Amino acid sequence: MVIVFQSKPSFLAGGVVAGPLEKRSVFSQYFDTIYDDERWKMETNEQGHRKMIQEACEILMKKSGVNNLEIDFFLGGDLVNQMTPTNFAARELAISFIGLFSACATSVSSVIVASLLTELGASNLSIAGASSQHNAIERQFRYPVNYGAQKPQTAQWTVTAAGFALIGKHREECPCIEAATIGKVIDYGMDDPFHMGAAMAPAAFQTIQSHLEQRNQQFYNYDLILTGDLGQLGLKLLKGMLVENGVKKEELTLLRDAGAEFYGQDEAFQSGASGAGCSAAVFFSYIIQQLRAGSYKRVLLVATGALLSPLSYQQGETIPCTAHAIEITMK
Amino acid sequence: MVMTFVFAFIVGGIICVIGQLLMDVGNLTPAHTLSTLVVVGAILDGMGLYEPLIHFAGAGATVPITSFGNSLTHGALAEAEKHGLVGVLTGMFEVTSSGISAAIVFGFIGALIFKPKGNVD
Repeated sequence: MVIVFQSKPSFLAGGVVAGPLEKRSVFSQYFDTIYDDERWKMETNEQGHRKMIQEACEILMKKSGVNNLEIDFFLGGDLVNQMTPTNFAARELAISFIGLFSACATSVSSVIVASLLTELGASNLSIAGASSQHNAIERQFRYPVNYGAQKPQTAQWTVTAAGFALIGKHREECPCIEAATIGKVIDYGMDDPFHMGAAMAPAAFQTIQSHLEQRNQQFYNYDLILTGDLGQLGLKLLKGMLVENGVKKEELTLLRDAGAEFYGQDEAFQSGASGAGCSAAVFFSYIIQQLRAGSYKRVLLVATGALLSPLSYQQGETIPCTAHAIEITMK
Repeated sequence: MVMTFVFAFIVGGIICVIGQLLMDVGNLTPAHTLSTLVVVGAILDGMGLYEPLIHFAGAGATVPITSFGNSLTHGALAEAEKHGLVGVLTGMFEVTSSGISAAIVFGFIGALIFKPKGNVD
């Protein structure tokens, strides 16, 4: 379902912090801070996760010259059970908070909710975003990393990063959110948690397709269509689906995937990056900066999320996925 | 003498390849793979096939986890001959007790000395 924002809320700023391995990311030069300790000097990975969220939000506020009292809403989520890192960070930030879970699509679903609140006039300034911390999420969904379990090449690498954006009323000099598509939950019967790209690709396809259709736009009307974390294999599948449905092969250069590009061609990271922090980190640093610099005029960001739990796949359930999209423009 | 090493290398390697295939092709979790190999070892010994394999390949057959299954059955059968049905229960851990105790003791020492770390350190 597509939403068109009449007031065109703006991205006022972005705050992105990342962990030590993310130094190797091709996007690392765009991040605000890279921390050398993956636990942020805290006792546990989960506490480090929380600290990372707080830091991203604090950097964001400092950059924009505002304090927490001036921010109306904090919207975000992560992948840990009951989203305790974000909930606990919200306790420290002391901003009205709603936790949102769309798995790795939370980066965009939170921006959609923030834009709606802005459009409604209820919010002057909102923080929206998502995060993930490698060790905490591996423990949550697979095994603790110290267990040393092998992962197949189709697997993806959970990013340690937090990305948040400050959403406010329309400003000429800032990229603005023109429209959004809230995705349906799509399930093609994939049941391998080490092959998420294949599970998520159909959801990305459906959302892109329906966004273009309802907005009456063609693929080439965008400077860039960027998906969140399909990885190299998922991106390949998505390209295949698009070509089958009439997108020209030469137009596919407009389609990129943050997860597939995140760690470059380094095979140590298997099929590429994933995690709620992956799309959030790339969207709210690189993309916003490129839009501001005028390199892009119209971008479609499509964050994909796999809506599984460890229990659901252990019980043999397939992996339902979703994808949410926002269309961002710059004058 | 030299051939024993060659056979140990080949047989041990084949058992590991089977384990790798169970994970990569069969999509089994590491825990499922481990249990499967233990059960296979136990069944093979029940059929009297594992002892000849040890004879043939030495450490190539005793080091992989299948050997643990073999020991479970071995102990159970030996004790069953002496004490009947109760022997099956007491015998299982008779041969394997050293391995299990070693795992507990060394696991404990390891946990005291080392602190688990992540990917970056």
